[in-house]
Order: sequence, then C-alpha cells, then structure tokens
Amino acid sequence: MTSQFILFSLLKVLCVFSVLMFIVGNAVWVERKVSAFIQDRRGPNRVGPFGLFQLIADAIKGFLKEDFTPGHVRKAYYWLAPAIVMVPSLLTVAIIPFGSLLGSQKMVIADLNVGILYTFGIVSLAVYGIVLAGYAARSKYPFLGSIRSSAQMISYEIAMGMSVVPLFLIACDPKGIRDLGNGWREAWQTFLAGTSSLNLSRLVAWQADHCWLIIYAPLSFGIFLAAMFAETNRLPFDLPESEQELAGGYNVEYSSMKFMLFFMGEYASMTVSAALLTTLFLGGWTLPIPGLDRPASTIPLGLLQIAVFLAKMLIVEFIIIWVRWMWPRFRYDQLMALGWRRFIPLALANILITAVALWIKPGH
Amino acid sequence: MPVNTDPYLFVFLLLLGAVAFALGPLALAWVWSRCFSPRKPGADKNAIYECGLKSKGDAWVQFKAEYYLYAIIFLIFDVEAIFLLPFAVAFTGLPVGAFVAMVIFVLLLVEGLVWAWQKGVLTWK
Repeated sequence: MTSQFILFSLLKVLCVFSVLMFIVGNAVWVERKVSAFIQDRRGPNRVGPFGLFQLIADAIKGFLKEDFTPGHVRKAYYWLAPAIVMVPSLLTVAIIPFGSLLGSQKMVIADLNVGILYTFGIVSLAVYGIVLAGYAARSKYPFLGSIRSSAQMISYEIAMGMSVVPLFLIACDPKGIRDLGNGWREAWQTFLAGTSSLNLSRLVAWQADHCWLIIYAPLSFGIFLAAMFAETNRLPFDLPESEQELAGGYNVEYSSMKFMLFFMGEYASMTVSAALLTTLFLGGWTLPIPGLDRPASTIPLGLLQIAVFLAKMLIVEFIIIWVRWMWPRFRYDQLMALGWRRFIPLALANILITAVALWIKPGH
Repeated sequence: MPVNTDPYLFVFLLLLGAVAFALGPLALAWVWSRCFSPRKPGADKNAIYECGLKSKGDAWVQFKAEYYLYAIIFLIFDVEAIFLLPFAVAFTGLPVGAFVAMVIFVLLLVEGLVWAWQKGVLTWK
C-alpha cells in the first residue's frame, strides 16, 4: 500500500509538471494571438493550423541558437541565474490543491500545514535569480533592471502577504463545516482530517461552505491581484524589463536556452499565481453545484473538479494577458508610491477593519 | 490509508524535478554548443550590450540610496506580515487582552510607516 501510494504520488508530480509546462508553452501562443487580435494583426499563423506549432518551432530555435557567453560576465553566476529564476516558480505549485480526490489520492502535491507561508517563502526566492542575472551580466541595462526588480518585488510582496491575512481572519471558523445533510459534512471532515489552519484546502472548504472569498474580501482581492502583476513582472508593472528604457532589462545579455529559461520562468510564475488566486479567492476546485461542492466520491467527479480548477485558472491567466495589452506601464516613482503609500496602508487598514468587524459581529 | 507519509518528501521530489528541469536544458545546450556549433568569438560580439556606442565605465554603477531604505522598511513589514498570519488563524479564540495587544503591535508599526512617510523616505525622488 505504501509503495503504491508513493508510486501514485510520483505520478501526480509528473502529471502536474507536464500540465504546467503545457500551459506555459501554450500561454505564450495565446499571448501572441491575443495581442495580435487587440492590435489588429494576425499573430503567428505559419507553423501548423493557426500557428499552433509555433511553440515547438520556438523551442527548437531556442535550443539551436548559439549558446553565447559574452566576455565580460561573471561566468558561474551567469550560468546559475536562469536556473534560479526557473526553480521557485515551479516549486510554488506544490501546495496548490488543484482537485479534491481521485480514488484515495488527494489532488495536491504536498498538503503542507504551513500552506500559505510556504508560498510566500518560495515566491520571495524568485528575486534572487533576477538580481543575480543583473549582477552577473555586468552590463548597465541588466544591472539597473535587476535592482529595480528587487525593489519592486519586495515592495509588493508585503502588500501581497498582508492582503491574505483577512482571508484567514474570516475563514478560520471554529464552528467548522456546517451540516447541510446528505453526507456533506462527513465528506469534508474526512477530506480535511489531519490538516491545520494555514492549509489551503481549508480555505477551499470554507469557500464551498459559505461563498467565494472574493465576495467577503474584495479589497484583499484587489490588492492581491495588483501585487500579483508586480510579483510576476507583468504589465502594468513590468519595469524590470521595460523594453523602451532598458532594452529588455535583466536578461539582455542572455541568449538561446538561458533566455528561454527566463522566459518560461516568467510564464510559469504567471500560471502558478493564477492558480493561487483561484484557490484563495475564487473557490479553488469547487463550484456551488451539488456534487462539485464537496470532495469527490467518484473518479469522474474528481476529474470534473480538476477541470473546474483549470478552467478558473485559465480565465485568470487570460485576464493577466489581456491586461498586458490594455494598460500602459507605470513610472517607477508611481510604482513605488502605489506600493508603499497606497497598498500597504490599505492592506493594514483592511486587516484592522476585518478584525474589528468580526469582533463586534453578533454571535462571536 | 498510509497518509502519514511526510508531505515534505514530495516538496523535495518536486524540487529535484524542478532543478533537473532547469539545469537539464542548460547542460544540453552547453553540450550542443561544444560539439556542433561553430565558435566565432569576436571583440564586437563579446562587447557589452548597450546602444551601439562604446560602453563607458564599469557596469556596476552607483545606484540610489533609496533602495537601501526600502530594503530596511521591507524587512520590518515582511516580518510583521509573518506575525499577522498566526494572529489571524488564532483570532476567533483570542481573549480581549490579546486582541488589544495585537492592535497595539500593528499600530506601532503603522506609526513607523507614518514616520518614514513624514520623513519623505517613501517618496521616490
């Protein structure tokens, strides 16, 4: 039984990895198609039907391009930086519950009780790769890009961390899951057995029990969404890259496979952030429809819940892409002012107001 | 059901997978460039990428001290966020005294933020 459990878990890791990479690859295609549509162009349309094989062509091209190391770089760091950007964005996916159960397997790679703390720990690591890339390249554009990036990422990380606190204030319900009959409570209690309060599955359970947290904590949602754009270096906060001033930012001196790793790392972290947003605010793998609102009892239901999760996640990801082609970039002082003088006080006030509101709420 | 398998084991497995995924292509590209691609180094090709003119001075230029100030304030508030999460989780069972203590803690940090704001640290010049 134990060896079987481990085998299935390994299979799970492999599946999540492949699905994530598939989404990352196709997100690039979607981004190019969406931008083309918005700018009234055609986008990729030569390789395969609708340019769908563009992804394969790009991968081969990236691999076969000259793997060129400029003379002035710090070689060891220069080689390591792309890997360090790539790894954290892949690691965050570990704690995201992307489904309930298939048979007796929980659909999450590691059901950690520290849940959200793990996420923030790993997300902060991503800044190292970018700083290292800028430092190692020993060139002005990448250096400035990476310095900017580090300041931006740490600024918005605080807002992001604080925006999540009200969720746990609201969703830590001591009364537990309500009894809605028909084995509802039992299904959830078995599912949540052994988890503790910072676990993300608990947030999903609470959202299935009450309502999506985007309704209960809209301000948190707004701050989290904006901070997510900043953390993944996407427009309107893509100052580390800003093509017009820094000619591409921290990865200017990189070519071929190393550049591709930066590129994929960006899309991977975008995908994972979309998954995190779905779990925290949009009800995760649940839908308020009988059968989909509790841990699955059959395999088809389990698969359906994974599909629900992927659908929500892809919608969020589409919005991230859409925003990129709709919004102009912030100026750097505006970015810092927004982060420190708007979002952080707002997030703090949000925590206090939520706490006081819950405190004086009747029945407490 | 053997659910007592350490979940961190799978984080570790994922880490191995992620590292392999990051280093594998790099190694492959390196092997490819060693074995197959012709090497054509040149002074211009090796030069620093800027706007086409010859690069002046070292790339590791001085940058604004504001970055350090932000880093210090970041440290304080990031640690605060970590403290706030256990508070949030334990919130419903807290006695009034603990709640007031927490509010005072948060207000002290808010005071720090207000002070930094007053000093103009948070204004990017």
